[in-house]
Amino acid sequence: MTLRIGIPRALSYYAYYPFWKEYFQGLGFETVVSQKTSKQILDHGVKEAVADACVPVKVFHGHVLDLKDKVDYIFVPRLVSVNKERTVTFCPKFLGLPNMIKASIDGIPPLIDVRVDLKKGRGELFWICYRLGRQFGINLWRIIRAYRTGLKAQARYEEILIQQYTPVEAISIMEGFEKPSELQSPQLKFAVLGFPYTIYDKFINVDIISKLRKLGIKVLTAEMVPPKQLLKQARKVRKNLFWNFSNQVLRAALYYIDNAKVDGIIHITAFGCGPDAMVDKMIELEAKQRGKIPFMSITIDEHTGEAGLMTRVEAFIDMLVLRRDVS
Amino acid sequence: MKITFPYMGTSYIAFKMLIRDLGHEPVVPPKPSKKTLTYGTQNSPEFACLPFKILLGSYLEAIELGAEMVITSGGAGPCRAGYYGVLHQKILQDMGYNTKMIVMESPYRNIFDFLSKIRAVIGPSGVSWWTFIKAFRKAWEKLKVLDEAEYLSHEIRPYELIKGQTTKAFTESLRIIDDANTLPEIIEAREVVKKMLGAIPQDRSRRILKIGIVGEIYVVLEPFANNDIEIILGELGVQTHRSIYLSAWTRENTGYESKKAVFKAAAPYIDEAFGGHGIYSVGHSVLYAKKGFDGVVQLAPFTCIPEIVAKPILSTVTRDHHIPIFTVFLDEQTGKAGLQTRLEAFVDLLKQKRDRLEDMAI
Repeated sequence: MTLRIGIPRALSYYAYYPFWKEYFQGLGFETVVSQKTSKQILDHGVKEAVADACVPVKVFHGHVLDLKDKVDYIFVPRLVSVNKERTVTFCPKFLGLPNMIKASIDGIPPLIDVRVDLKKGRGELFWICYRLGRQFGINLWRIIRAYRTGLKAQARYEEILIQQYTPVEAISIMEGFEKPSELQSPQLKFAVLGFPYTIYDKFINVDIISKLRKLGIKVLTAEMVPPKQLLKQARKVRKNLFWNFSNQVLRAALYYIDNAKVDGIIHITAFGCGPDAMVDKMIELEAKQRGKIPFMSITIDEHTGEAGLMTRVEAFIDMLVLRRDVS
Repeated sequence: MKITFPYMGTSYIAFKMLIRDLGHEPVVPPKPSKKTLTYGTQNSPEFACLPFKILLGSYLEAIELGAEMVITSGGAGPCRAGYYGVLHQKILQDMGYNTKMIVMESPYRNIFDFLSKIRAVIGPSGVSWWTFIKAFRKAWEKLKVLDEAEYLSHEIRPYELIKGQTTKAFTESLRIIDDANTLPEIIEAREVVKKMLGAIPQDRSRRILKIGIVGEIYVVLEPFANNDIEIILGELGVQTHRSIYLSAWTRENTGYESKKAVFKAAAPYIDEAFGGHGIYSVGHSVLYAKKGFDGVVQLAPFTCIPEIVAKPILSTVTRDHHIPIFTVFLDEQTGKAGLQTRLEAFVDLLKQKRDRLEDMAI
């Protein structure tokens, strides 16, 4: 019987899922992704997680619980760094994630808690995959093959993203579904920024992206900026932020302010998010100082109500339409 | 130039002297108060942590007093504190102040940057490097004396015969240390202060509880941020031991644990330094349990992620080592009375636990 590896549909799923999926399947395992976030998953997560955690972490707990009885292993990587930038790591919640899960949830299947630290270079990733594969007694050739298909999938995924599809769409395109149709003549262009796990999890942000599109807004996100362009923006910041995803968000904001001329920026942040408290203010000030671009910050938590949120978004859009018409 | 700096615990006394020795005029921010907090919260991001808000508030107060430059520390993350300097400056700029901000980063990361920043401070006032080194050493000595006095006060407070006397003597000793400005004077002040605190009438036959204090550095060190938690506990008859002292003065005395020992103690639970003082909170709690402390209090600012990560891990420490751990999240809303009540309840429980264990032993 093939081993089943559970991959929670939360946190780093939106950034690195294609790689890990192909890698594990290449090793001959079956991968099981948890259900899409639902009320039940959120409630279970809230119950198990530490009360002060942010909603994405609570949701992650929920996804682990969803997989608990379905799989032999659960993949909870400890992401430390994914590039050579020396001071950049991840939010402490990523660094302590496997430990938090183990401490908070009883009776879960063993975790695959590989430590991903690529400060020494991308080649490190192969050694991580190699050691992980060897633990399951897989031979070298098979690991190399799985690793390469993984990389290929990830590259293709990133290609699709910069064609301005969201990760969720990109993953479904890779799985053979049709490309969603382009929005016809959008009235405004918005940069919707935030961590991939807050802006692409439809449940916790009440599906704001589709709602904006329905209102005739073209939505641009951090993942849609070519990585090279993102890296270029780093020079405009006096000191790099310490968190990988936050850097992406801030750099994307700078890119959209300076290069792409968006009509407005919406920053989606989770209640109590530590890094975001800094990023949010930085974007606000940069948007004000660099181009006087309207900025709105939306805080989501486990109680986010659709009506209140949409009222604010609609008001924001109305004002921007007014502003455009006046000028 | 008029220079100010972050206000944290008693360290301002040493920094004040250092800046004066370097030929500048120190602007000591007023002791944090309601006003500081109002200034801070008004201009900070909503979810910035309490230290960020208090510091911003105290910079603003110092600027009102005429400060032209802020010297503060940086950091390498992933704790947010390393980014305070940059954001504080941006916010001050946005408010229309052009206060200069010098953020000292670790010399191990970039020694040239470190030295050039020091030169930017000592250059204009014509102070030589040698004078700088001497002044720095002297300030370090003062910091150690300050920490020693504070350590002593927490040791003595649960035994004091008249409530409040230790705090009074401690305030007085701060004044004495503040007045000592040369190395011999500082050494003399140390003896005077030790004698003064030792002379407080005490009842050493009391059976006291011992509680270790762990958590995020700023809220552990700054009594305004933690609502004088060590004084509250001390007056409830609890001896507190703090895991963090700025000078790590306790190195030469009882109770200091090296970084290695702390990481080793934390290793069974987590072997990744996940930012701030998170791993220290775990490691120190294990060590306190092993040393027979009755309990541990974890202090953290609201939304402090390293401490949030540490919290569920601490609950496994409790399970394994049978040491009660009480977590307090502090924010600008924290009221002293509420904290006092919760602490009293915690201390009562610890007392009952100790008595029950003793009964069982008989």
